[in-house]
Amino acid sequence: MARKTPEINSSSMADIAFLLLIFFLVSTTMDIDTGIYKKLPPIPEEEEIDAPKVKQRNVLAILVNRNDDLLVNGEVLSISQLREKTKEFILNPLNSADLPEKKLTTIPYFGDVMVSKGLVSLQNDRGTSYEMYIKVQDELAAASRELKDEKAMQKWNMKYEDLDEDQQNAVRDYVPMQISEAEPKNVGGKK
Amino acid sequence: MGKFKKGGSKELPEISTASLPDIVFMLLFFFMVSTTMREVELNVDVMVPSAKEIVKLEKKDLVSNIYVGIPMRKFAKTMGTEPQIQLNDQFSTVDDIQAFIAAEREARKEELRNKLTTSLKVDQYTKMGIIIDIKQELRKASSLKLNYSTRETAE
Repeated sequence: MARKTPEINSSSMADIAFLLLIFFLVSTTMDIDTGIYKKLPPIPEEEEIDAPKVKQRNVLAILVNRNDDLLVNGEVLSISQLREKTKEFILNPLNSADLPEKKLTTIPYFGDVMVSKGLVSLQNDRGTSYEMYIKVQDELAAASRELKDEKAMQKWNMKYEDLDEDQQNAVRDYVPMQISEAEPKNVGGKK
Repeated sequence: MGKFKKGGSKELPEISTASLPDIVFMLLFFFMVSTTMREVELNVDVMVPSAKEIVKLEKKDLVSNIYVGIPMRKFAKTMGTEPQIQLNDQFSTVDDIQAFIAAEREARKEELRNKLTTSLKVDQYTKMGIIIDIKQELRKASSLKLNYSTRETAE
């Protein structure tokens, strides 16, 4: 009785789908954001706060000038040497007198250990290139990670990132890496 | 060969295109799922530096982006060739950052506001001066979580 409805021509379906596909290809991105994570220090509430006195031997002063030259504790270094220098500074394996002091600390899993009081101070000029700044940050982060991996390997025979949270905290307390960024100086003149 | 020439005059059967829409739809869904919408149109050239010790930035909806770089050529006449800051879709100055962070906070749910991360997408040849200024402004706005956007170094 009822007439058969004619079939809808679906040959243009492909065109419609292609159109949508091209729209999504053009208007979206696939890149995943990656980067170096940092936490800024809050602005001190009172103007005059006595900066805690730190002995000279406990500070690794890294200066970067406007020509992207690196000066570490008064010594001109290349960027590739920075990692070893930082690791040596934090570990102070020979207990030498011009590297940081250590303090006896009790840390879970490790017991009583000597923890370095070292502090990395980073200062750059307004004319330093961003690329160099990131390189320095990267090397410092790499030094920190290698130290943590070393300790984690000794204790658990595992890499730092494979440990559970308590273990990670313990390792972090064992090889602390404090980086303080000094207020910028304008050494290289107005830029 | 003569064996195959039997139906020489017969037309080749057409390949069925009925499954073409399905294939294209599959592609479409793949791209819809795996990509995100472009939020802003860049007015500055940004080529972020590369680094090894990088982390992935989780939760893209809790990230606000600050772009710094040399204006693209079409803006060179009006904006010059010195690195400029771009917030949302327009060129800005360092003084706008606090208002920008406040607006970004306002746009998020209350319980998520203090989890906001600022991602600095800065061109690698920029000088540190402008970044130092931005960091000071971020500290003033007490937006302390910062991410320096970098590429992964190709080994």
